Amino acid sequence: MIGAALVLLLGLGAWELYAALGGVDPLVLPAPHDVATALWSDRGLLGHDLLVTGEEVLLGILLAVAVGLACAVAIHLSPVVRRAVYPLLIASQTVPVVVLAPLLVVWLGFGLAPKLIVVGVVCFFPVVVSTLDALVGIDPALGKLMRTLGASRAQAFLRVEAPSALPGLFSGARIAVVVAVIGAVLAEDTGTSAGLGYVIRTAGGQLEAPLAYAAVVLLAVLAIALFLLITLLERAALPWTREERG
Amino acid sequence: MPAKEGMTETLDALPAAPAPEPAGAPAPAVRVTGVARTFTPRRGAAVPALADVSFTAAPGEVVAIVGPSGCGKSTLLELVCGLQAPDAGRVEAGRAVLGFQQDLLLPWLSALDNAALALRVTGTSRAEARAAAAPLLDRFGLAGFEDARPAALSGGMRQRVAFLRTLLAGAPVLCLDEPFGALDALTREEMQDWLAGALAAAPRTVLLVTHDVEEALVLGDRVLVLSPRPGRVVADLRVSAPRPRRRTEPGLVALRERAMDALREAA
Repeated sequence: MIGAALVLLLGLGAWELYAALGGVDPLVLPAPHDVATALWSDRGLLGHDLLVTGEEVLLGILLAVAVGLACAVAIHLSPVVRRAVYPLLIASQTVPVVVLAPLLVVWLGFGLAPKLIVVGVVCFFPVVVSTLDALVGIDPALGKLMRTLGASRAQAFLRVEAPSALPGLFSGARIAVVVAVIGAVLAEDTGTSAGLGYVIRTAGGQLEAPLAYAAVVLLAVLAIALFLLITLLERAALPWTREERG
Repeated sequence: MPAKEGMTETLDALPAAPAPEPAGAPAPAVRVTGVARTFTPRRGAAVPALADVSFTAAPGEVVAIVGPSGCGKSTLLELVCGLQAPDAGRVEAGRAVLGFQQDLLLPWLSALDNAALALRVTGTSRAEARAAAAPLLDRFGLAGFEDARPAALSGGMRQRVAFLRTLLAGAPVLCLDEPFGALDALTREEMQDWLAGALAAAPRTVLLVTHDVEEALVLGDRVLVLSPRPGRVVADLRVSAPRPRRRTEPGLVALRERAMDALREAA
């Protein structure tokens, strides 16, 4: 933590110096103290936008976790689904969100729904892949153990596969946090009048670079907070994963 | 190490613990007749693992199976447990449960819940399964570790929890595949004594695969020697030394030489 703070301070110092020496037009790159001022003076507005984006990100991740888990389990249990669906999942990830977003607005209107879907789409893939990796990585001897103990396939899934998948689900969700924030900003590019992505777009157009950067700072804070939240949840839900490493 | 005197009463209370058949001509608990098994990999030549293996195990008998690595010992146990089917020959056995070389404890379950897993997977309620496993954990020298997860247990403790889980499955035949192979030498010797005591207190039909001839002689009523792949039975030695046995007893040392000779001749 202290190391991160030091690096941050050094970076801010260098940035401030660069701005003071007139390296770049302040309309393009404002000095850190201008960004801090914007953060403070527009705190009411920014706080509201943070809540809007935070809601999109959080609900989008939950949606991705639910759908991603279901997909990973279906792919794991059925070789047919694996062959039929997995390539399509990979293909779906190559569709740029900027292409998708306007289409979703046409279909679903200007509310929360299209944003949730954009965030869900970008988060879904890391969740599926890392959950599947955890399922594939299960020691095959555990399957034999379940069979020799007389467990049904359903019992084996419940006792061995489901708990084994959880660490993968959590690490997928952690990766998803970062892409979720980017996804929310892209989603707010179309059909919206609130959110940090909207602030960045409009502030840029109105030559208010400090405000745009203030929104970027809040996005970073949002991502770090969600990352920590998921890590804490994982520690509470899966205490054995830490004991094993320790 | 657990008190051996205490084991009798609790092991008797195990589900479906089979009483040894009355003397006379008991039907064998395991009868393997002319069994062969060949593995066909997707690429490359077929690998014959077992060729024409025949033997029987009487109820309550401990049959140790030794042989060089790769001679199909583990395959033989999986055939007896019904986890694989033979390509030729017949396997007749009651319900047999496999005990593994790795303890295969589930890291998220406590020692007690790991042992109770054998009952849980067949539909016993958690409370009932734990109540059945708890007194045994105590007898197996694991008192105070009921709630510890596997990461907090020593290798010997983990192996005892795993063995308890195998016992609680309630099968009349136990197939143990190098159960102490992953332990250090000292712990292995302790665990051999411990297993000998546990089996003396509650006899069961046991097939014990090991690559350690001394372990086979200390624990087995009989020792089957298998040839290198494809495995065949090349010697069937009866161990009549009284228990508890010491590795240095002259009778055992002589048998050890016979077993080693059989292994060398087959190689």
